[in-house]
Amino acid sequence: MSRQELDARRLLCPMPVIKTQNQVAEMLPGDEIEVICTDPGALNDIPAWARINGHTVIETVQDEDEIRITVRVGA
Amino acid sequence: MTKQHKAVALISGGLDSMLAVRVLQEQGIEVEGINFFTGFCVEGHTHAIRNHDKDKQKRNNALWVAEQLGIKLHIVDVIEEYKDVLLNPKHGYGANMNPCLDCKIFMVGKAVEWVKKLHKDGFDFIVTGEVIGQRPMSQRKHTMPIISEESGADDILLRPLCAKNLPETKPEREGWVDREKLYDFHGRNRKPQIALAKQFGLHDFASPAGGCCFLTDKSYSDKLVDLWQARNSREYELDDIMLLKVGRHIRPTEEFKLIIARDAGESKFLEGYRKQYTSIHALSHSGPMALVDGELKQEQYPLAAAIVARFGQGRSADEVEIDIATPDQQRLQIKTAPLNAEEVLQEWYV
Ligand code: SF4
Repeated sequence: MSRQELDARRLLCPMPVIKTQNQVAEMLPGDEIEVICTDPGALNDIPAWARINGHTVIETVQDEDEIRITVRVGA
Repeated sequence: MTKQHKAVALISGGLDSMLAVRVLQEQGIEVEGINFFTGFCVEGHTHAIRNHDKDKQKRNNALWVAEQLGIKLHIVDVIEEYKDVLLNPKHGYGANMNPCLDCKIFMVGKAVEWVKKLHKDGFDFIVTGEVIGQRPMSQRKHTMPIISEESGADDILLRPLCAKNLPETKPEREGWVDREKLYDFHGRNRKPQIALAKQFGLHDFASPAGGCCFLTDKSYSDKLVDLWQARNSREYELDDIMLLKVGRHIRPTEEFKLIIARDAGESKFLEGYRKQYTSIHALSHSGPMALVDGELKQEQYPLAAAIVARFGQGRSADEVEIDIATPDQQRLQIKTAPLNAEEVLQEWYV
């Protein structure tokens, strides 16, 4: 199982979703990816994208100016 | 057992593509969605930036539609490739800078490429929510075959909402879908679509007025053309076209333009660009963040400062202190009297 990070800071939606999607395409089921972004739109878009495509958001941390969303890759 | 056939649908986030997918799902076709991001799409972030839309769902419509339909969605970044579509549209532009026909051909072509290259045996055909006569430029009876042909999709492109008005396609001929259960919608009347949506129990869908992107918007198109003219080049980067969606754009001279936030949300958004653009804001009063696009010479500082002062709380003060910061964070403070309303000339507004 691998754990990767994706820097999507300053990118506007849907770019963080596209980057996540493309990186996840290279990962294996059970792997985890932590996406760091600044566009609050990602709070909706990444979970929606994960639900649709069979992945799971396992953690969302939001502070002043950064959002960290961890996704577990589905089968 | 008969093979289950699979289609990829172009999902714009609007009602039509949503219905097209539902119609096929009714016939047992497995559908996945594909959505293209050109940079001009009307997206959640554009609403999210401005304060007054705070309560609006900051959703991405394409993702939302896919979720309603229970289908997978692949979003494809076509920002770079789209430049050629916008700059050199073989079939020209619509009412504004929207190259809709070329855009459709491009997107269907990308879907063909996606199906053939990446998913060789996975998908049998391509679906769009097009309706004959719905849009003045791209969705007309004579443009439908042009899209099928020039995209390379030919007879594997199915438009379930108006298929009955078009020649039979492969999925119909082969009996994968029942042509009788497809539709014959045409024209600009949206009632049949609304009725069908109701029948399927779909609601809360987005219905974009002009089209699916900012290029159909007059004011946006004007800003884009102004940018090209001022730079003497039609090249653009994603940041350029994003910034055209935000703020007041004021061009007092050919050399530079000010992008002035209209509310706190936009100010915060523009702040994110301070390492790339010269930025201007008031220190002595509260007021908007402004960015400079183009070249702001030292001798123009007072003019730029006086304009920005005009849009803040200090607009009627005798003097406002303004901070000008270059991208490398060299800063300069200027005290200036704000311009009055008439001094900000109407023709400066882009
Ligand atoms: S409105 Fe924009 S995205 Fe839609 S077809 Fe026209 S150019 Fe393409």
